[in-house]
Amino acid sequence: MYYLLARLLSAVVVIFGVMCLVFFLIHLVPGDPVEVMLGESARPADREALRQALGLDLPIGVQFLNYLNGLLHFDLGTSLHSQRPISDILLERLPATLELSLAALLVAVLIAFPLGVLSAVHKDSVWDHLAMGVSLGGVAIPNFLLGPLLILAFSLWLGWFPVSGREGPGSLVLPALTLGTALAAILSRMLRATLLEVLNEDYIRTARAKGLSPRVVIWKHALRNALLPVITLLGLQLGALLGGAVITEVVFSWPGLGQLVIEAIQRRDYPLVQACVLLISLTYVVVNTLTDMAYAVADPRIRVGGSQ
Amino acid sequence: MARLLGLWLPLAVVVLWALAAVLGPFLPLSPDVIHLPQILAPPGVDALLGHDDLGRSLAARVVSGAQTSFLVAVWVVTISALLGTVIGAASAYLGGVWDLVTVRIIDIFLAFPGILLAIALAGILGPGIDNVVLALSAVGWVGYARLARAQVLSLKHREHVQAALVLGAGPVRILRCHLLPLILAPLIVEASFGVAGVVIAEAGLSFLGLGVQPPAASWGAMIRDGARYLLVAPHMVLVPGVALALVVLAVNLLGDRLRDRLDVRRER
Repeated sequence: MYYLLARLLSAVVVIFGVMCLVFFLIHLVPGDPVEVMLGESARPADREALRQALGLDLPIGVQFLNYLNGLLHFDLGTSLHSQRPISDILLERLPATLELSLAALLVAVLIAFPLGVLSAVHKDSVWDHLAMGVSLGGVAIPNFLLGPLLILAFSLWLGWFPVSGREGPGSLVLPALTLGTALAAILSRMLRATLLEVLNEDYIRTARAKGLSPRVVIWKHALRNALLPVITLLGLQLGALLGGAVITEVVFSWPGLGQLVIEAIQRRDYPLVQACVLLISLTYVVVNTLTDMAYAVADPRIRVGGSQ
Repeated sequence: MARLLGLWLPLAVVVLWALAAVLGPFLPLSPDVIHLPQILAPPGVDALLGHDDLGRSLAARVVSGAQTSFLVAVWVVTISALLGTVIGAASAYLGGVWDLVTVRIIDIFLAFPGILLAIALAGILGPGIDNVVLALSAVGWVGYARLARAQVLSLKHREHVQAALVLGAGPVRILRCHLLPLILAPLIVEASFGVAGVVIAEAGLSFLGLGVQPPAASWGAMIRDGARYLLVAPHMVLVPGVALALVVLAVNLLGDRLRDRLDVRRER
């Protein structure tokens, strides 16, 4: 119980810190943010109007309190470009990003599990070398390279999937594959390492000695214990997945939050940039905290061990 | 065979990358010169790696892109390793409130997923190679700080540190002479993997149009430009793509080698 409370408290501190950092992002704009947003040729009256609309004419302390107050009411301000409430725009884009991230997670698990298990069970076999090759490739080929290559092969040459956009389940395949491969590479390597470690344990020898079939030994005895570190890794890698989603969405014109960030940057719509970064980061913090807490509930050693 | 694949070949790739970056400006290459008749020309006899959509030589642009990625990688890894090590080591050694605040700040930076904070920073600071370095360093120092902090925490109660303390050594001297040499190995390994990460991140930012600006070449920007001509000129993506993948793979393999050699168990 103490562990869960401490974990929750630290998450609250981190969330507050993230909010502060995102708030100060707009003050990093070199020179006058209003001038950067409107361009040098804007009329002084327009500049003043925007400055007041953004509250940039107020003392910075008041600006910060207004910003926090807005967040509490899920009021993220108005987009400079479309003049619509930012929270509406985010809600429109969120489902596409969630869909892509979950599909990529699924792809990663579907590739990593068979590959990781096969390469650990048949160490130094063809499977092992194949898994090594996949994981090296997954690390060395970034998603902005893999994406175009997949488009070339499966959309342009074979014509199996659409080149870009989000229409029907077919359009999800290539983006999910692009985003999930890097995670699959890391995951399969991790699974192989932990599984090899577990396979040397005494209880595995016992299980084999009492005549259980190799299948039961691996799937029921070894894999279960090898899974815990893998699940932790999955939680940690979710951040890389959400970050990578930005680039993948741009490659495939996938209408999610990532593409929104880039569009907002190109249009110098800084309040929208802030809101996107905030939403993606907060999602990550919340999911990570929940993973940690679920993990603590599942594994008593963490609750008791506390500080480890 | 394993030695060739795991050591000499990657080493050759990295040396070639560094040479291209350092000697590139002095070679008789013209990455910005436009040859109109050669637009989208595939690799062939007169152009080793073909030409791009403006008729510029891809071979020359790959060398020029090597310069960008090498420069950014060296600067970012140097800045973030130095900054992170000093912050992490000092925080662990001083302890108390300092450490508490540092750990919180590290946690906050880690709460931003992957490259997202760098994208936001680069986007807001504006394009340009110096802002890329700034954005990636602002994100990169955290890993080194965490590592240095953990190492110093586990070492600061050792006898030789206590002995130095009793002999009247100040915190700076203890950190520099008695702790830093011991934590150097894992930091070097982290930095070598960091080079690969920065190369990918720089290319990623350039791919999004947030890195170096045209006509300067970057592998990421070349891949983005080539993606529009995938069907007619796949070499525009493949040439910078292979260069990028080879460098990243080589750096990672050398990092593995270095880790085994220095006997560092990488956490995570």
